[in-house]
Amino acid sequence: MEIKVVGPGCANCARLFELASRAVEELHIEARIEKVTGLQEIMKYTMNTPALVLNGVLKHAGKPLPSLDKVKELIQTEIR
Amino acid sequence: MFRIFTLLADKIVYDWFGLTPGRHFSGAVHFFIEDTVKIFFLLSVIIFSVAVIRSFFPPERTRRFLLGKKVLAGHILAALLGVVTPFCSCSACPLFIGFLEAGIPLGITFSFLISAPMVNEIALILLFGLFGWKVAAIYLGVGLLVAVASGIVIGRLRMERFVADYVWQLQMGESEPPDLTWRDRFQYAVDYTKDILRRISLFVLAGIAAGAFVHGYVPQDFLLHYAGPDNLFAVPLAVFLGVPLYSNAAGVIPIVQALMSKGLPLGTTLAFMMAVTALSFPEAVILSQVLKKELLAVFFGTVAAAIVAVGYLFNFIM
Repeated sequence: MEIKVVGPGCANCARLFELASRAVEELHIEARIEKVTGLQEIMKYTMNTPALVLNGVLKHAGKPLPSLDKVKELIQTEIR
Repeated sequence: MFRIFTLLADKIVYDWFGLTPGRHFSGAVHFFIEDTVKIFFLLSVIIFSVAVIRSFFPPERTRRFLLGKKVLAGHILAALLGVVTPFCSCSACPLFIGFLEAGIPLGITFSFLISAPMVNEIALILLFGLFGWKVAAIYLGVGLLVAVASGIVIGRLRMERFVADYVWQLQMGESEPPDLTWRDRFQYAVDYTKDILRRISLFVLAGIAAGAFVHGYVPQDFLLHYAGPDNLFAVPLAVFLGVPLYSNAAGVIPIVQALMSKGLPLGTTLAFMMAVTALSFPEAVILSQVLKKELLAVFFGTVAAAIVAVGYLFNFIM
């Protein structure tokens, strides 16, 4: 799976990246997690950062951040 | 209605702690427990309700609301939506691009971006708790006024060519996050409330850690020395000093309380608070990614002028 954490890089963006990493770890799946920080790249996905993109599809956008369980749920639904 | 908190404090202080009613110490403990429980209860209820409301106004939907509105209605709606639309401060630039991309006029976009950091429900609750409903209502009113007026001025100046060129060429992805269910909304509201309370708790603790500590700050003495009621230039000075300082609305309120308790007039204090929350250097640096320096200067100048005008107005009528 390809996971993108989209956002310029504020504290919330860092936390979402952390959440995604932990979710991947706890679910024992193969995934590449990538930060998308450039404005032009960000705008391809959303105007509402920080955002979570799984396999190119926007799954969460903006504040407040999803919980760890929610992130896991999103990832599991995407795998199926 | 609030009697239940008195009864609860009675129970805790007199029955559980076994203190004797009518003493200084037991009275103080009683007051502390009653107020802490009451304030946190009210905060939780209000923040939770606001969060549920907010879940209906994600930026994507706010943008749709603002499309094709008449000028004045558009500015007012934008300022109001700025209060309820939740977004992370890091998405100011993406939102700016996203709004323009969708065809929302520049001035209306600015009304939204100005009101959002300046007027929010936490600031209103805290102002309500510390100074009463009138000050809270005044802050809401003038905050919206500053946002609407500044947006109209920026719109009238036709500054579109001073938006960074690449902004007009960007291709927006059209994807939207999935719709929320009621379960999502409540989960969202619970998370939001927890997040806010965590930050507010610090504020409450700081407040308890005594006004004395807050009053000891050097910049405030400096400010009061030069910005007291006698100085005609106090309002612009408060704005000038507020710009380099940056804090969110919740963080600046303890300072505001200290300033007012030391006799700074309401207008000057409101101006300071608005300048701290709405204008800052970090924000200028962030916005310089999407604005050319002319527009950035007009943005700062217009908002600062509107805040100064509001400050004078309130010093005059209060």
